[in-house]
Amino acid sequence: MLKAFFSSEIGLGLAQAAIASLLALAVVLLARRREIHLEKETSVALVRGLIQVVAVGSILAVLLKAPRWTSAFLLAGMVLAAGRISARRAKNIPGATKVSTYSIAAGAGLVTAIMTWVGVIDTAITSLIPVGSMIIANAMNTNGLALNRYRSEVLAHTGEIETALALGATPSATIRGYAQTSIQSSLIPAIDNLRSLGIVWIPGLMTGMLLSGARPMYAAIYQFVVIAMILASSGLTSLLSTTLIQAYAFSPADQLLLKGAE
Amino acid sequence: MPENASNGSILRAVKLSRTSGGKNVVLDVSFDVLTGSLLGVVGASGAGKSSLLRLLNRLDEPTNGTVYLDGTDYKLISPRDLRRRVGMVTQRPFFFPGDVGSNLRFGPAQRGVTISNEEIGRLLERVGLCGFAANNVSTLSGGEQQRVSLARTLANQPEVLLLDEPTSALDEESKLGIEELIRDQVQRHGLTCVMVTHDREQARRLFSHILLMEAGRVTKSGTTTEVFGA
Repeated sequence: MLKAFFSSEIGLGLAQAAIASLLALAVVLLARRREIHLEKETSVALVRGLIQVVAVGSILAVLLKAPRWTSAFLLAGMVLAAGRISARRAKNIPGATKVSTYSIAAGAGLVTAIMTWVGVIDTAITSLIPVGSMIIANAMNTNGLALNRYRSEVLAHTGEIETALALGATPSATIRGYAQTSIQSSLIPAIDNLRSLGIVWIPGLMTGMLLSGARPMYAAIYQFVVIAMILASSGLTSLLSTTLIQAYAFSPADQLLLKGAE
Repeated sequence: MPENASNGSILRAVKLSRTSGGKNVVLDVSFDVLTGSLLGVVGASGAGKSSLLRLLNRLDEPTNGTVYLDGTDYKLISPRDLRRRVGMVTQRPFFFPGDVGSNLRFGPAQRGVTISNEEIGRLLERVGLCGFAANNVSTLSGGEQQRVSLARTLANQPEVLLLDEPTSALDEESKLGIEELIRDQVQRHGLTCVMVTHDREQARRLFSHILLMEAGRVTKSGTTTEVFGA
């Protein structure tokens, strides 16, 4: 219906964005009736998301003509931003930004680098940037979930952890079970995505490939490849962040630093 | 006299202080704990008693001062070894899921030592819980929990035992039972104990020497009669 009113692609896109935003805001108003206040957060996120994605679109338009190595800088910038955003989920954990950035860089970076090297991801900017960004974004979400759960587990089990320390256990031994729980719960979305692939949802990349004329079978298999890469990078990120955060949760004298109000 | 001179004391706190959240929770506290004695730390809620106890096994880091364990600055002892030697029983016991026996094995296992069923039996006998090794910790009463918590700490063969209000959540009968048990550890087994309590009547029953704390400081110290009057 909209196509009848817009002759330019940009105008059509903005109209579609406005309608989708109105729908999201309608849900926010519905939530408000139940005294769940998401107005400010959602409005800011919608505006911010649109500006960011348009900015990235503009950058991509320029980069498409740039040499291939420039994509490494763009991906590095994404990792830095992901580290900062993800760390916000780990409220009050000192060093969370550093840990998140290192973990996402290692988790997403390693998987992207290996897969590019073996030829699974094409080095063309049009391929590397979208696939790389998907891997980074999912690593960011997993890292946020892992650190948030880690913090909750430690705060809920301070007594057990300090009892173990008082009995002569190492921080690694006292925290092992809680770190395992954090890793497992942080990977639930990535595992569920893989489990429901093709049955519950057909992800964006496959849709895009189909729209751009790729064969359905290859598009389907490549989508599986991307989701499997996401699982690998998310797992690695989660493993790393829950390991690295220990240096901030405990002092060198094996004292628990991550606590509620003393 | 040098700060680390033992002079019959196994534990010597020297000008211990801790600041947390901009507040002095422990301020300039010095005292000696003689080998084989039972020292009471008494004061109202928020006086800094538990905070002081946590500094003695370095669960928290002192902002100033230090503790000498048998003449050695405790910052020179590895935290794991220090906590084995200076054991702690907390106000509310926390157990690891499983039976009593596995909880008693936890401490020694941290340094690669497996204690036998006979040793478990001896430890439980020492705290008046013969035959409890296979009981699940979730089935224990309040008094039994404190006894198991004590036995678990004793399994590490500590030189000093820190007790943080071990009877505060117990009924009168259980409280007297635990008091008798603590007295027994000191008198019969020669264990050195530092115990925190807010209960002055309990302090009169148990301790011969007391530190009285207010607002993080030791305001009085001496024999129970000197501190509380006759």
